[in-house]
Amino acid sequence: MKLRNVLKTRTPKSPVHKSASGPNMPKAKWLSFPYIVWMIGFIIIPLVVIFYYGLTTSDSTFTLNNIALVMDPINLKALKQALELSLVSTVICLLLAYPLAMILNKSKMNSNSFIVMIIILPMWMNFLLRTIAWQNILEKTGIINTILNFFKLPTVNIINTPAAIILGMVYNFLPFMVLPIYNVLIKIDQDVINAARDLGANGMQTFLKIILPLSLPGVISGITMVFVPSLTTFVISTILGGNKIVLIGNVIEQQFRVGNWHAGSGLSLVLMIFILISMAILSKYDKEGSSLW
Amino acid sequence: MKKIFTLTALLIFAVMLTGCSSKNEKKVYVYNWGEYIDPEVLDLFEEETGIKVVYDEFEQNEDMYPKIQSGAVNYDVVCPSDYMIQKMIENDLLYEINFDNVPNIKYIDPAYLKSAEAFDPGNKYSVPYCWGTVGILYNKTMVDEPVDSWSIIFDEKYAGNILMMDSVRDAFGIALKYLGYDLNSTNEAELEEAKALLQKQYPLVQAYVVDQVRDKMIGGEAAIGVIYSGEAIYTKRENPDLEYVVPKEGSNVWIDAWVIPKTSKNKEYAEAFINFMCKPEIALKNFEYITYSTPNMGARELIEDEEIKNSPIAFPPQEILDRCTAYKYLGEEVESLYIQKWNEVKGE
Repeated sequence: MKLRNVLKTRTPKSPVHKSASGPNMPKAKWLSFPYIVWMIGFIIIPLVVIFYYGLTTSDSTFTLNNIALVMDPINLKALKQALELSLVSTVICLLLAYPLAMILNKSKMNSNSFIVMIIILPMWMNFLLRTIAWQNILEKTGIINTILNFFKLPTVNIINTPAAIILGMVYNFLPFMVLPIYNVLIKIDQDVINAARDLGANGMQTFLKIILPLSLPGVISGITMVFVPSLTTFVISTILGGNKIVLIGNVIEQQFRVGNWHAGSGLSLVLMIFILISMAILSKYDKEGSSLW
Repeated sequence: MKKIFTLTALLIFAVMLTGCSSKNEKKVYVYNWGEYIDPEVLDLFEEETGIKVVYDEFEQNEDMYPKIQSGAVNYDVVCPSDYMIQKMIENDLLYEINFDNVPNIKYIDPAYLKSAEAFDPGNKYSVPYCWGTVGILYNKTMVDEPVDSWSIIFDEKYAGNILMMDSVRDAFGIALKYLGYDLNSTNEAELEEAKALLQKQYPLVQAYVVDQVRDKMIGGEAAIGVIYSGEAIYTKRENPDLEYVVPKEGSNVWIDAWVIPKTSKNKEYAEAFINFMCKPEIALKNFEYITYSTPNMGARELIEDEEIKNSPIAFPPQEILDRCTAYKYLGEEVESLYIQKWNEVKGE
């Protein structure tokens, strides 16, 4: 399965594009050299190292025990919880992001670049700081509860619960859902939509039969870009979960922290399998989406 | 802590930048607990000796050990706790200290050197830096009963208002003491019972924390927290509603001490650093900043505030210490049993 196909936002193929890249091919190859070095050094080699550690014991003999660790009830539970939370976060992100992307697409040029700016702006600040800020906002004596207390309203206690972790995930990863969908929507040819309307489709039909299928590639890359980091996160669950809720990412981090690289790598491999499965499912839908085009 | 972390990160970055150009610059790599030194002391050391300090922090003994063992970073001085020092000695990870280079050891109270012999027989490998107990910090406005027992951290009345120590030995030590067992227990049935108790406590716990307990208690985030005695003076100063107590069932008494791991490339610099830390003025400066009890007689003499000098928190009376036990290293097998059971508690 091609990772790059899923990750990049598909744009409708244009023949002009193709012929333009033709004569430039040798030059383009040369330009990719730094990227290939980068990829070997920071993707391929680390992967090989993880495979090596994941499949060996501390005296370098082959074993599957590190992978079998996932069957341990504690780890299984952590994996299940991580899958649940990241699925919920992804769905929430999608429900929030799609309408937002549509609004952005419909709005006028000036104001939409302003809104895009607003979405991207928080990303200028470090992700850890923003998550710690959420801790301060949600705490029992935090900002929200202080305000609620002031008005004598009942307080919310979601810090250190799965709800806080989902909130953290949605908050941090929402832009990764909005931007790919927006990018695809903005490239849909207005004539196609007009044609649909001319042929008698109402608003709903136009959306379901034209806009939604055409935007599927953006939705797919959005889902991948939210689901994968949510599934593997350990920082959000530590900061907003008060170390009480253990996700599979926390288990792996813990193993590396206490120096058990073999167990940590083995569990990482299992997680990698889950990510590959999810991407395989997504790319299947993606193909259907493309064939509709 | 975040400030110190940033500073440390900047320092490391600066060192990395200058790393290539100035090879013969004198540097000592120090690995210490989070928020466990007055940063000014590091500047004073640099001024006096011309040796640059590269300073890193850890949150738990268990985090520190693999880094030293793997030799990933060539630390010169580390500050682990008693049982961890014993483990490092047993696994041959430490150099013997050349005390000719640490004349200031004379300021360390012989009583502490004697208790340090429990984990470092003959005082060959370590120099005590701080010591203290583990106890309960509670907010008087949120708790209206007298607190003298560990039972309160297992009390359903305080559900969601309890901050528990996120450290395997401390968590089990408390549970074992409360059940009336030895906190160095290696008996699986006793450990299982302690685990069951901690599992029962899990739904009552607001969060498992180490360094964060301080700010959360000051902010009134929880009613009860398990805390190291050294944090108690500071938190009480910031929030007078807080009170510290060592429960009647007894607790842990610990010593953190400087050691020189075999990863060290500059043992003399390490010894110079340890010697500097034993200077009474420096030990006093650290005490005033971190408020952890100092074993340094010279420094204690210099404390001006009589109330602090005789504080039962910083320098508990013998009858409290008699109830407390130090951790011992229990060997690889029992250690992993503890970790396994702790994971079962937290993976609830």
